[in-house]
Amino acid sequence: MAPITPAGSDVSSGPPPENDGHVTAAAERPRRPRLRGRLGTQHLAGWLFSTPFLLLFGTFMAFPIVASLLMSFTDFGLRNVTDPLAADFVGLDNYIELFGDETFRRALFNTTYFVVVGVPLTIGLGLVAAVLLNSGIDRFRTFFRVGFYTPVVTSIVAVAVVWRFVLEPRDGLIAGVAAEFGWTSPDFLSSPTLAMPSLIAMAVWRNLGFPMVLFLAGLQSIPTEVREASRIDGAGAVQEFRKVTVPLLRPTMLYVAVITTIGYLNVFEEPFVMTGGGPADSTLTTSLYMYREGFDFFHMGYASAMAYTLFVIVLAITLLQLRFLRDKTR
Amino acid sequence: MSTVDTSRPSAVRTGDPATLAAFRRRDRTRKTLLYTLLSFGLLVMLAPFLWMGLSAFKTTEDLTASPPVWIPTEWTLAHFRDLLDVLNMPLHFFNSTLVAVFVTLGNLVFCSMLGYALAKLNFFGKGPVFGLVLGALMVPMNLMLIPKFVLMSQFGLLDSYAALILPFAAGAFGVFLMRQFISSVPDELIDAARVDGANEWFIYWRIILPLVKPAMATLAIFTFMGSWNNFLWPLIVTNDPDKYTLPVALATFAIDPTKSEGSNGMLMAGAFLVVLPILLVFIALQRYFTQGIATAGLK
Repeated sequence: MAPITPAGSDVSSGPPPENDGHVTAAAERPRRPRLRGRLGTQHLAGWLFSTPFLLLFGTFMAFPIVASLLMSFTDFGLRNVTDPLAADFVGLDNYIELFGDETFRRALFNTTYFVVVGVPLTIGLGLVAAVLLNSGIDRFRTFFRVGFYTPVVTSIVAVAVVWRFVLEPRDGLIAGVAAEFGWTSPDFLSSPTLAMPSLIAMAVWRNLGFPMVLFLAGLQSIPTEVREASRIDGAGAVQEFRKVTVPLLRPTMLYVAVITTIGYLNVFEEPFVMTGGGPADSTLTTSLYMYREGFDFFHMGYASAMAYTLFVIVLAITLLQLRFLRDKTR
Repeated sequence: MSTVDTSRPSAVRTGDPATLAAFRRRDRTRKTLLYTLLSFGLLVMLAPFLWMGLSAFKTTEDLTASPPVWIPTEWTLAHFRDLLDVLNMPLHFFNSTLVAVFVTLGNLVFCSMLGYALAKLNFFGKGPVFGLVLGALMVPMNLMLIPKFVLMSQFGLLDSYAALILPFAAGAFGVFLMRQFISSVPDELIDAARVDGANEWFIYWRIILPLVKPAMATLAIFTFMGSWNNFLWPLIVTNDPDKYTLPVALATFAIDPTKSEGSNGMLMAGAFLVVLPILLVFIALQRYFTQGIATAGLK
């Protein structure tokens, strides 16, 4: 093999150093015509390299997206799993039923609750953690960062099982801590008012490491001169944070908000493991309701209509976020 | 990660002695406060894991003791033994590992292939193909669940490893990531190889792949982790407990009151076994994780 050295172990490192500075000469090289003659092989090679991905993509994404839309206009049920083409076309019936469905409205409300409270808390606490880690900590930085990020990598099912026990009113961790102070712990997951906040607390705990790491990277890219200039102009710590840090973190904020919102809108595992949607549907989310309708009752046409409605909502919210959180300084 | 300390005014760095002493004193108080806050935060973040780890080894008496017992009075493996009687953990561990390994291999090969084509080849239809990849990033998984399930049933693949692996064998994010990294490989290198008579496969396999090893490592880690923690799809396509992955086995056990009611020790032992492997991988490779997120926004 040619003497090519792999780019170092650093992911963020760009092209290997021995090739720097030669890029601009490309246009005038004498061998250019020969290469153009080879473009024909590039068409073929390009498609050959794309084939495996496109096959999998076509089968497991493109086709299901279209099929899902078609199914939402049919009465697709259990018998159609073995005989899909026998499903009957029912027009907009599924959608009409959906908008009159009390339980779906409840699920939509619960999901909105989860997103509206959960997303700002996750991003806010992630930002706080990042700012604390970036304010002159030299020792144990990696240690803290790894610790705060740990919940993000662990299985959400395992974490939900652990939290169910943490929140248990008799033998749980919170009950134990409360007992040390002579208090009693409420039964979080059996209370219609406390169950959802408990799930939100768990989601915030599990996910705040993600915005933290991104904000940390963003904070470190803010030039020292900018901060010093604001200090010289007499800005206090709070003003510096509001007028310098937050605006410069805007692109990161946008990305984090979009990703976190999409994730939270599809919340499923937490209620599935911790509450089963109860008590009294107080933690029934749209994904959980869709799962139930589709795979417990095999109302697959109806569940498809639900999936599409949710997709439209997710899309609309994402577009709104892109509009409102866009970098306005440019 | 190297940082520029932005928290000290320039007076400190230039060394004016009067302000320096006062600043040092204030700095010490500030740092104590900072470390206290961070340590408290860290305790909250790690408490559930500590609780899980300790509870898994407590006796049932300790688990239900009032007032609570924090450190086991007697360490026991009884819950692990009981769990193994109910759940075939080695088999579920094998299933999870097998699926994660093949999903990771699939992503490494297929995503880097398309990534190379999108970054370095001029072919008819390249724009639309890249558009598809970007579009695929936006579509939530839930939208495709039901037709995908019907498709698997039609293929006769329910309860098979293929059903667990194939839908995840080539992710759009992997393509996006590989395209970004392969774009930074200089064209000269590829042109030189072409002049020397190398074909496209040789260029991809012997030149591009060795150069993007760090990106491949990042992709491998995130894909493996995603597959290991994946839940909803395995839950849907497997009915046969012998094909359950770890999270599915744990969840079906946990939500069935006839099996797990009052057996917090077993549940914690189960969670411990699911969390431990990925936790060890994470701690060993944490540098790649944080760099992966910071450079590519991976989750």
